[in-house]
This record gives sequence, C-alpha cells and structure tokens, in this order.
Amino acid sequence: MRSTATRAKSMRLGPQPGEVIDREQQFTFTWNDKRYSAYSGDTIVSALSAAGERIFSRSFKYHRPRGVLTASYLDPNCILQVGDEPNVRGAHRRVTPGLAVRSQNTWPSLRFDVKAANQSIARFLPAGFYYKTFIKPQRLWPAYESVLRRFAAGGTVSAAARHGYFDKRYVHPDVIVAGGGPAGMAAALAAAELGAQVVLVEEEHELGGHLKWGDHEELQILDALRAEVDAASNVEVMLDSVVTGRYDGNWVSVLQRHLPHAVERLVKARAKSLVVAAGLIERPYVFEGNDIPGVMLSTAVRRLINLYAVKPGERAVVFTANSEGDAAVRDLQRAGVEVARVVDARRGNHIMRARGGRGLHSVDCDDGQRVRCDLLVTAVGWTAPTSLLNMAGDRPIYNQSAARFFPSELPDDVLATGGIVGDGTLDQLIDHGRATGRVAVRRAAVVADALCAATPQCREPEKAPGALVSVHESLPELPIDEHPALFRAATHGIVDYSEDVTSKDLFGAVEEGYDSIELVKRYTTATMGPAQGKLETVNVAAVVAEATDCPIEEIGTTVWRSPYSPVTLGALAGRTFEPVRFSPMQPWHERHGASPLVAGQWIRPDHYGDAAAEARNVRTNVGLIDVTPLGKFDLRGPDVPHLLNLLYVNKWSKLEVGAVRYGVMCAEDGVVFDDGVTGRLGEDHYVMTATSSGADAVWEWIENWLQTERPDWRVHATPVTSAYASINVAGPKSRELLLRVAEGIDLSPHTFPYMRVRSARIADIDDCFMWRIGFTGELSYEIHVPAAYGMFVWETLMETGEDLGVRPFGVEAQRILRLEKGHLIVGQDTDGLTKAYAAGLSWAIKLDKDDFAGKPELVWQSTREDYFRLVGLQPLDESLVPAEGSQIIDDDGSIAGRITSSRMSPALDRSICLGQVAPHLSAAGTTVTVKLPDGSRMPATVTTQHAHFDPEGARLRG
Amino acid sequence: MITIPCPYCGPRNTSEFRYVGEQGSRPDPNRTTPAEWRSYLYTQSNEAGWVAETWWHGSGCRRYLIVERHTVTNEVRTIQPSAVHPRHCLRHEADSGEELTAERDPA
Repeated sequence: MRSTATRAKSMRLGPQPGEVIDREQQFTFTWNDKRYSAYSGDTIVSALSAAGERIFSRSFKYHRPRGVLTASYLDPNCILQVGDEPNVRGAHRRVTPGLAVRSQNTWPSLRFDVKAANQSIARFLPAGFYYKTFIKPQRLWPAYESVLRRFAAGGTVSAAARHGYFDKRYVHPDVIVAGGGPAGMAAALAAAELGAQVVLVEEEHELGGHLKWGDHEELQILDALRAEVDAASNVEVMLDSVVTGRYDGNWVSVLQRHLPHAVERLVKARAKSLVVAAGLIERPYVFEGNDIPGVMLSTAVRRLINLYAVKPGERAVVFTANSEGDAAVRDLQRAGVEVARVVDARRGNHIMRARGGRGLHSVDCDDGQRVRCDLLVTAVGWTAPTSLLNMAGDRPIYNQSAARFFPSELPDDVLATGGIVGDGTLDQLIDHGRATGRVAVRRAAVVADALCAATPQCREPEKAPGALVSVHESLPELPIDEHPALFRAATHGIVDYSEDVTSKDLFGAVEEGYDSIELVKRYTTATMGPAQGKLETVNVAAVVAEATDCPIEEIGTTVWRSPYSPVTLGALAGRTFEPVRFSPMQPWHERHGASPLVAGQWIRPDHYGDAAAEARNVRTNVGLIDVTPLGKFDLRGPDVPHLLNLLYVNKWSKLEVGAVRYGVMCAEDGVVFDDGVTGRLGEDHYVMTATSSGADAVWEWIENWLQTERPDWRVHATPVTSAYASINVAGPKSRELLLRVAEGIDLSPHTFPYMRVRSARIADIDDCFMWRIGFTGELSYEIHVPAAYGMFVWETLMETGEDLGVRPFGVEAQRILRLEKGHLIVGQDTDGLTKAYAAGLSWAIKLDKDDFAGKPELVWQSTREDYFRLVGLQPLDESLVPAEGSQIIDDDGSIAGRITSSRMSPALDRSICLGQVAPHLSAAGTTVTVKLPDGSRMPATVTTQHAHFDPEGARLRG
Repeated sequence: MITIPCPYCGPRNTSEFRYVGEQGSRPDPNRTTPAEWRSYLYTQSNEAGWVAETWWHGSGCRRYLIVERHTVTNEVRTIQPSAVHPRHCLRHEADSGEELTAERDPA
C-alpha cells in the first residue's frame, strides 16, 4: 500500500465575511504529539484541516481511515481523545492553548493502523458476526475477550482524571425555544415582545443556524436578529447547550456544556410551552467509497469555508439535488477550489462510486465518466430531527414528494417552527417563527391560568393587556418543496459510519429474517452509534424498504429516545447535598475525641476511643449516652390508646398515668417494622419513642392510619425528635448522679420503679421528662430535656458526676451492652422477612385484640413452626468473634441461618452472638456450624435465652 | 415528571410525593383469608386507563390524597384528601365545582 504524504501545505483561506475565528489570537496545540497552530474560534478539526490534515480516525470494525463528513457535532469520523477526556466531538470542540489531542483506538498510529487488516477479512465480519462466532468453546471466552477488547472503539478513561464541578439549575420559563436558527430566534423574539420569559437553547457556539454560513444577505439578516436577541432582556440564551429531553407536562432537560466554572450544568425546566425549532440535519448518501477521506456533505464544505476559512480540497466533484448543494458549488468556487464536475440529480444524473485509499482520488459517474478529484461533495437531502416531538407523543409522517418526515400531531403545549415544519424563503421561515412564538405565549398563558386555578389562594397572574387577545391561533402555512428521494446509489456503501454497517449488511439482515427496522437496528447495531440515528435512521429505513419492497412510511424509524445528546454522569449527579442532623451536644462529643458514626442523616458518636472501656464503666460506675436521634412523638387525645393498640402488637388500654411499656410494631404483612417504649404522662398525653432510623417512617405510619383508615379518631401526633435532647444515664451510680440534679421528683425505687415515666425539673430546666427503661441492662434513666438546654444539662451531668466516675459512652458501647442483655435491634437482628413470632416476641403479641397492624399474618404464623428463629449463640471458641452476616450452614452445606449480631463481651470476657437459625436447629443446646467469610468454619451453641449477661434482669430493677 | 394538583399546595412535582398504591379497601382482618389478604397487600391491577390511587405529599402538606389519574396520558381527573366525605371531592378542571377553602376542616 503506497502511503500518501500528509499535506504540508496550509489550506487556510483569507478572511471570510462570516468567519468565527479571531486571527488576532493564535496559539498552538498538539495532535498525536505533533504541534499545530490554531486561531481562537477554531474547532480541533477546522485547525487540523487548515493545516492540511485529512484523516482523523479509524472506523469501528474495519479500521478504515476516516475524514471530515459533516464538520459538525455529529461528525462520526471526528471523535477524538482530548487529554483524559475520551470521545470528544472534534468538529465541535474549540481548541484552547496547549490542548493535547489524540486519535482514538489506532495502533500503532493513525496513518498506519494494523487493525485495518480487518478489512481483508471483512467477508467474515458482516454485521452480527459476533452472534455466530466466538461462541464455542466457552472456556476460550476470556481469551476472546482480551483480544476483542483491543479492537473496541472508544477512547481511554483515566482513573486519575480530576473530578470537575458539575452544576444544576431549575428554571420555570414561559417559553423554551429549542434551536437558535432564524425561525427559533424569531419565535423567541416574538414571545419576548409579548412579555414572556424565554429561554433560547442553541447547540452550537453561536446563534444563527444555517444563516451562519450563508451569503451576504443572509449574514446581514443574521446580524440583525442577533442584535435583537441581545437587546431582549427577557430572552436568556444558552449556547453550546442542548435540550436533551422533553417529559410529561413540558418537564424539559437542558444540558449546558463548557461553562467557565463548571464542566456541565444540567438545567431542569418546567416550561409552559415548548417551541421546537431544531432545523434539519443533512443526510449522507450511500454509495461505494462514501467513507473515503475527501467525501463530505455540502454543509461540511460550507461550514469549513465560511466559518473557519478552510479550503476543503483542491479539485471537487459536487453531487447536488438541492439549493444547499448549489450554494456549496458557489462557495467552493469563491474559495478557489476547482469544481471539476457538478452532477445534478434533478437532471437525472448520478454518481456511482468514489475511489481512493487514504484519500479520495476519483469519482465514477453513472455516465461512465471517471473524474479525478480529491473532494466529493454530496447534497442529497435532509432529515428532520423530530426527537423532542416524538418524546411529546408525535408520530411523524413521511412525505413522499419532499422525501422526509414531518411532525403531525403535537400536544397543546408543544409547537414546531422552521425547517422541521416546512421550507420556503428566509422571510417565510422568520414569519412562521414569529407567529409560532406568539401562539406559544398564548398557550403559556392558558397553562398559567390553569396553574393558578389549581393553586389555593393564588392571585390572578398579570396578563399583558389586550396583547394576547389578538393572537390568532392559526399559523401561516410553510410551503413544502419537492425533493428527489435519494438514499442509496446503485452501489453499496456505509450506512452507519460509527458502527461500520453497510447497506449490504442491511440486505443481509433482511435476508436472515430481520425485516422490521427495530430488529434490523438491534441485529446490525445500525443507528446505535454516537449519533444515535440522526445521520443514519432514514437511510436505514430506506435500505430496509428497498430490501423488503415496502414503502418507507411502512418501515418507519426507530424510537427516538432521550437524551438527544450525550450527558455526562457528572451532570446527572450534579451537586450532592446531604443534609446532616446532629444533636446539640455534638460539639462536646467532637471536642472529646468522638469518632463519628453516620447513621441515616444523623452524625452520632460511635465511641470516644475505647468502646470496651466505655461499656465496662457503665456496668461499674455510670455512663452518659446521647440518644437525641431517638424518634419521639407527642401523642394527645382521648383516642391515643386505640392508636397504640392498633399500631403495636401488645395491649395498651390499661396503661396507667406514669407507666411505660415496650411495644413492637409490625407492618400489615406481619414483619417487624419498629420498636420502642411508650409512656403515659397524663390523662390524654402520651410520648411514643421509635428507633432513630425508623422515626420518619413511624411518623408517616401514624399519619397514614389516622388519615386514611381512622379519620374519626381524636388523636394529635407531633414529632418531637429534635425538640428534645435525650440522654441515657446508665449504671449502678446513675440514681446517685441524678439525685444531684433532679428537682421535684422522688427517685427512690418504690416511688419510681422500673418502667415508669415522670415529668421533672433537671439542672434548673423545666419541662423535662424522664423514664426508667433498660436497653443496656443497667439501672438507667433516660432524660429528655428541651433541646436548647441539651448541652447545658449534659455538661452539668459530666461535671457533677466526676467523682462518681461518669464517662460518656457511644453507640458502639451501647451495642455491646444491649447484646450482652440479648436485646434485639430491629433491622439488625430482624430483616424484611422476619414476622414477629420469629423474633421471639410471642410474649408481646396479643392475638385477642380486635385489630392491629399485621394481625392476620401473625394469626397465621402462630399456627406454624417452619420459620427461622432468633436465638442466642455462644461460639465454642470464646476468643472468636464471627463477622456479622456469617452464614450458618447445615450438614449438607445448605444455608440454615446467619449471625445477626456479634461482639466480644467485656463483662463476660468472651464472644457473644445473636443469630437467626432454621427451626430444626433452634433448640437450646444445639451445636451449629458458622461459616466465616474466609471460608473456615467454627461451631457455636444455641443458648437458652437471648441474654448472655444477667438474664433475670436484677441489675435493671434495683 | 408529572405534577399532581395537591388541593392544599397546588400543582407540585411528583418528586415531592410518595406513591402509596392503588386505592383498595382493607379486608376485615378477622374474616379474611390468606389469599384475600395477600392480594390486598401485593396485587395491583395496573390498568391502562383511569385508576384511583393514593399519593402522599411528603415534602408538602403531608396529606394522603386519593387521585384519579389516567395511567396512559397522566391526566388527573379528581383529587381529594383521603377518607374525606365525598362532598369534599375536588375536581381538577378549570370549571370545577367546590374548592377547598381555609375555613373548612379537611379532616
């Protein structure tokens, strides 16, 4: 293969009237380690093209050399690696000084890529080949994978890539206009004139659409429109931004790219009306050699010449079927390109094939002529990018004479204008745009009225006086021009450039029975590349129509899905806000070396350096634990006992004033859902507690029953979790400590026994209450003080109890202490399938109650024996602490349970556990086998009760 | 994302709500059978068309609301606070009947 030398000659032209480059600002960048120069405003591809480069990538499967096709964001051949960012659209991304650009997936180099050998075995690699090859033998899959991976396209991702900042924003404009061409700008301006708040979203770096590369008159009109948009204060313009999706009720997502302070910003908009002015996308032509570098679309040529002052070639053949193609001929001539031949499809002339290797060298026409050239320009028609309209429920209709799809039925809040709707002169398009903008405002006003009517106490929104009344709903008709239906020449060529799918592949797929476009897409992967069908879908439909001898209308197109353009995961994640809750005493914990535990939204002290020592101190002296996150509810009303009876499995009607009871809540499926103590403070006044992680769910559960099933009950439930700071004072010296700070209350054991609640004045603070409960198994009082005084009371207790050996203890120590006592933790020792009997709670369940949440399931469970039980477990090797979650396995190796809680006990100096085991292993004294995470096994014995320490509870009741 | 016209708060994004489930009546727990009870817990009829369902406005007024929604077009036809007497029913269309005013106790 003879190698063609890269041109050293500059292809940069003199100044062009519409150029976007700034010749005053020149700098350098690298391409595959070679230095090139660029002007500010150049894209990577325009700068390289100006330097004479023509090959930018190698194709996906056959590794064919590829050059500019569309010179726009969608160009499938210009996808490059920029620094550590893969898959950059090289014909859209602007060059910045020092940018390091590389080609992707080429080895050893772009010029000479060994994987191009795939071309010689192309016969064996038709579309879908991987469904039939590399299947057997299965043991070779890892080998196949390592080889095939090298052939996969796409850039490289660096694990060391720095995390950029991604932003998020919410907007509520009256009108969003998607597309900043002439019709889009006109719609935005007309809407703004009527007083609407407008957001105008444009994909490219400047407004203008096809006017940007237009003739002198078009450029003047463009300047005027841009000036109007600049002057309109209620039009917000988003450039280099894309409307990526339209969802129910005009919930619209807009992606803003390359902001100065953020990598991307995801804008979530609720627009009252949406105007789609997305224009038209030029369609490639399918013929032999249509992917040789030097073959490009008319819009590519016009962009290169007019926007970037780049000469696309020296000697051109132009195949044209429309006025854009004709204009391209004029642009080429102006740029000094020799136009060797114009093949006019409207006169019935066609091209057959393009010929060349690394670059085009000739074109065969259908009259037998072979024309020498290095540039072949095609202008064969347009595809309407109806994505957003499809997402709004439209099913576009194919128009035979115009050879493209048109929108048909839109919901009230979505309108379309510009090329996507029809053709006509520039004036006609602008007029249509203006009319559409006005109608969009009228529709927006209707939506605003409906919103106001649905919002209680909404004041009437201000309407622009009289202006909207005169807006006619009917829009002017845009003419629809005839256009030859040109999809495929008499030869076969590439249909999907990104996936290397040829028209022959599509015929082959149809022959194999894949005769619907959805099946063909999935089998051949056509339209599944980066352009997602914008360049390919209509050609695929046309070729499948040919192959199945059906009209295009019947074939249809595949579903257009959001996002319209790629969105980074960073943009979707945006800024993360994680609310944090902490008790008033948290600063004290931090000052005293607390290691933080994140429990739900709460930050709590896990330990203060030595959890075992903290636990020992509780059993010996007295400890303080901050339990503020505990869920607390103030319940008032004559029907509170009914509520308690309904939500808990046990009975509450006879709870006296001053008494406290432990209760378990089940969901309607009988599964244990939460637990806590509830105390009666007065005639109609109760306080309920719930677990800290379940507090929100319990509040909702209470409201659910009161609102939906028992609206006649007189109960007020107020969450007071953060209204009170809660401190558990635990240990043999806890009474002694509290005697020093509690006023107006008799703490002697007969007057204030276990499971009682009292109001109290603590450390001079009124409105506290305290109860005697015993999660840790020691004599303990849980005091609840108004949160503002939490820190004061905590510090007072620490100071006052110094001589008693008071120490703080954290969540870890509490877990050890409660495990020594065998107290279960909902969600730790129970799971989503644990119905109450399985947790050893039969003593609490009162099936003779008329109704309570979960009753039917518990009635049925009470008649069965086949459920896993929660039991105490003692490892035979007392020094081994099995990891929580370790499986318990049966003799045949099947899973028969698991360790749910496991710790080394400081009080007993041995490991202790709770676990769930299968019924046949749950009898006390049974030895079970625990399989540890490393695969080794250890025996453990089922104990007679859950508590390993002080099972009679003597220490609690003193 | 669709909006739900909360009678207390006005039309709000569904992200403020929690979907609770299809409207159905709780069987008598003392007379029910396992099949009936579990059908109440787990089976949804999941029709394409108008359905009555419960939404909870968790990030707003925290009321349970019974909504009549068309599962294909996402229109909302009626919305009312759960377990309220039918005369409090709110119609969502512009030319609707009664509106919930501040004076009337919704519960």
